[in-house]
Amino acid sequence: MIIVVKYFASISDAVGKTSEQIVLQHEMTVGEVWSDVSKNIKYTGKVMTAVNHEYVDDKHLLKNEDEVAFFPPVTGG
Amino acid sequence: MYIEIINEEFDPWQKLVDYKKSQLKDRKNIGACSVFLGTMRDINSGEEIKSMELQHYPEMTESYLEKIADNATKKYKIIDTIILHRVGLVSPSDPIVLVATWSEHREDAFEATREIMEALKSEAPFWKKESTDKGFRWVEPQTETSEDINEA
Repeated sequence: MIIVVKYFASISDAVGKTSEQIVLQHEMTVGEVWSDVSKNIKYTGKVMTAVNHEYVDDKHLLKNEDEVAFFPPVTGG
Repeated sequence: MYIEIINEEFDPWQKLVDYKKSQLKDRKNIGACSVFLGTMRDINSGEEIKSMELQHYPEMTESYLEKIADNATKKYKIIDTIILHRVGLVSPSDPIVLVATWSEHREDAFEATREIMEALKSEAPFWKKESTDKGFRWVEPQTETSEDINEA
């Protein structure tokens, strides 16, 4: 199963990239994917998560070709 | 309904007049229009801000703003709504966001405009990066509800 992961704002800075493709060997939740990708980064703030452009919680189970986005709390307006 | 993400300086008042003339000139039932305009301040957290980079999640932003406008339209008696939001490099006093709603009576327009702005500030995927004398910094959210959405 392949997913696309996008990072924005301070999380993108911390991860050092804006997006990547990740191959999942088994079913995973977005929370588990975040634990994996954030293992070696310094970011400790709040994380918001969207899958296919909709907000989800950390228990959301991913499907093949999902687009996952991790970003800090928003500051528009 | 009209939503636009704008990547260059814009005149919000001209946009408003143009939209009213082109889209709402025959809507004789309009009795109220409520407008909110947000502009960039040159001071934040006690420091002078030289400029600001507004980033967003292009594939999600516009559809999410539509959803926010839809929710307000369903909740209040709104005839029409526009939301304009800047991205890219912004300077102090530049317009950042314009929200306008039209309704028959003022209460609906007042409430809908406020609700759209509050939802936009806590949910729409935009981020501000400020440039100060000490370098760049990401703006921390002021709207507490942004922490309540969902966290991984």
